[in-house]
Amino acid sequence: MNNPADRLVAVAAGKEVPSEVHQQVLDERPVLEIDRFSLWYGTKQALHSITMPISHNKVTALVGPSGCGKSTLLRSVNRLNDLVPSVRITGDMRLNGDSIYDPSMDVIDLRKRMGMVFQKPNPFPMSIYENVVYSLRIDGENSRGVLDEVCELSLRGAALWDEVKDRLADSAVGLSGGQQQRLCIARAIAAEPEVLLLDEPCSALDPIATGKVEDLIQELRGRYSVLIVTHNMQQASRTSDYTAFMYLGRLIEYGPTTEIFTKPILRETEAYVTGRFG
Amino acid sequence: MTRHIERQIEQLKEKILRVGTLVEEAISKSITALINRDSHLAQRVMASDEEIDRMEVEVEEECLKILALYQPVAADLRFVVAALKINNDLERMGDLAKNIAKRVAQLAAGEPCELPPEIRLMAMQAQEMVKQCLDAVINADPSLARQVREEDDAVDAARQKIRKKVLQGIKEHPENVETLLRINSVSKHIERIADMATNVAEDVIYMVEGDIVRHRTGD
Repeated sequence: MNNPADRLVAVAAGKEVPSEVHQQVLDERPVLEIDRFSLWYGTKQALHSITMPISHNKVTALVGPSGCGKSTLLRSVNRLNDLVPSVRITGDMRLNGDSIYDPSMDVIDLRKRMGMVFQKPNPFPMSIYENVVYSLRIDGENSRGVLDEVCELSLRGAALWDEVKDRLADSAVGLSGGQQQRLCIARAIAAEPEVLLLDEPCSALDPIATGKVEDLIQELRGRYSVLIVTHNMQQASRTSDYTAFMYLGRLIEYGPTTEIFTKPILRETEAYVTGRFG
Repeated sequence: MTRHIERQIEQLKEKILRVGTLVEEAISKSITALINRDSHLAQRVMASDEEIDRMEVEVEEECLKILALYQPVAADLRFVVAALKINNDLERMGDLAKNIAKRVAQLAAGEPCELPPEIRLMAMQAQEMVKQCLDAVINADPSLARQVREEDDAVDAARQKIRKKVLQGIKEHPENVETLLRINSVSKHIERIADMATNVAEDVIYMVEGDIVRHRTGD
């Protein structure tokens, strides 16, 4: 029997290995198509020709050991890596068919079509209400009726409404960490994003707040297309429909979460999810 | 460094094999007792079932502990789930050996009788299947497990032959009906042991390959 990490050793030696993408993923309707996407920081290649469709209204988790490129990939989706001067890319990504890296693409417009939530909650130093309706305000929406409705719907959508409905005018900074993170998710979904990007959204939260955010991610299933990066394997298994395993900038295996965590195709994936490697 | 869960799984494997060894012994002794009309040996088989039952509970508790404390996934999860089921089947095999021993004690107390030659052959085949399914567990060997599945047909055929012979015997010698019915039920127990060995083999295939092959033929 071959070493369970053969493919990973080959990857570490700089060899190209094909990704194992399950048919179920390919059968889904994609909201985002990552197409032969490679990225370099200076001379160091961080992503190697990643091709993966992200399914519409499903939760997709990116897992892999530190340095595997999962956060880089997530940040490439809304072109946050544009801010890093030494970055160079090849390939493309398409959001509902529109090329993300097309020179004519307006990055501000692009980012309006996506929501992003980071590791540390980053509420703006303003009221809970103003945080949620922020994206509408900058688009010039001032109708109280519209703003009130979006605020309530978004906070309900983020499972926060009952906790804050009586203090919407209070500063968001006074909320607990878990509430702040759910507020950030409410702020993100208020803009009705085509994709919601979550970059380790629970890593700065205690177990109870983590549980609430995980419950929320499950609630978002079927209504939003979510792409989540997580270090926590159980979080991926609990919250996602699809899981992609990455290693050293390559997509190794990508399939339904239940398959990845019960019978992955590759021994390499098995070794990683069972903790024998990584 | 070995991970904690790997040590737990290793211990679980050892315990399952201890149950397997006890069961294999019980089956082998019950067959020896049958062939030699040895009621003492049959009594010992009946007594040994308690130990098997105790071990079965221990293994089940071990599986539940691993599930609760380590939340295993993929190969580890499949191993623990297969272990739970194999454990169950082994315990049932122990019960069947005990049932054979009970019939042996009754046969030994009655008039001497001749066993149909098929029963020895069938018993040997079933014992071989038990041995092979346990080897398949130890070595995580799906091809050996597939072989065990195929062997079950021969045992089933032998059982049908014996059943027919017993019916014929009852017609010809109605005075021997009790003895013949006991022989019939021994053959049924042996056939069930082979069925259980097949179940274990199917669990080994699941454990290694992740495929549930039960209720499927030709896999």
